[in-house]
Amino acid sequence: MHRFANPARFLKIARPATAWLLLVGLALTAFALVSGLTLTPADYLQGETVRIMYVHVPAAWLGMAGWAGIAAASVSQLVWRHPLAAIAGRAFAPAGATFAAVCLLTGSIWGRPTWGTWWEWDGRLTSMLILFFLYLGYIALAGAEKERGGEGRIAALFGLIGAINLPIIHYSVLWWRTLHQGQSISLSGSTIDSSILWPLLVSAIGFTCLFAAAVLMRMRAELAQAKVEARLRRAATE
Amino acid sequence: MSHWTFVTAAYAIALLATGGLLLWSWTSMRKAEGAADELKRR
Repeated sequence: MHRFANPARFLKIARPATAWLLLVGLALTAFALVSGLTLTPADYLQGETVRIMYVHVPAAWLGMAGWAGIAAASVSQLVWRHPLAAIAGRAFAPAGATFAAVCLLTGSIWGRPTWGTWWEWDGRLTSMLILFFLYLGYIALAGAEKERGGEGRIAALFGLIGAINLPIIHYSVLWWRTLHQGQSISLSGSTIDSSILWPLLVSAIGFTCLFAAAVLMRMRAELAQAKVEARLRRAATE
Repeated sequence: MSHWTFVTAAYAIALLATGGLLLWSWTSMRKAEGAADELKRR
């Protein structure tokens, strides 16, 4: 990872990667969603609403992955003072917050016809809502720290402490069995029938590519802004 | 309400949010890189 500590080296890889991730992400997501709407059968219990899974589950994964990215960037910043770590943390936050919000909203829409309620203070739903608020806090804190010219160490600490919520979200369905269903996909296999599972895997890859493209674009924007600010400062002192 | 109403609403939210995120990231990147290039040319 330290090979990419040089912003010029990072940009050399990030520029073509952004375009490829966007292209592949758009193609896979479109294919998965159209397939999920037209090719897969309805579920015998949930009916057509099972198709919400193709947007809800990737959004949940990416909502959590975004904070895992913030936590990794925080470690990199606090331990190695990686020059791109604070930028990466700030780039992960809006993408993660967007997908956490999508997860909450689509989950609520899915809950109405299947559970009979839009919202329940269930362990999984509540911990996901906390994650969304953590994102808002991180965005505000990292933005304020950047404005004051700080290194982003307070935001990094917040990012690390907030990571405690990730295992809580993951295990919430085991610790508090209420409305949300248990784990359907694990490393050992899946309880979902393969006829409706495959578009989910394609959709997860597609949305992940789009998420990565959004993060890279935010990082490139921050690096360009930093370059402009440095040049203007230099010009002012000359 | 029909199941398809819920499915359509969920897909619309997911696509609008993802599209919005990508559009915002793209425009802010183009704007910032454009400003950096402009300054470099001067």
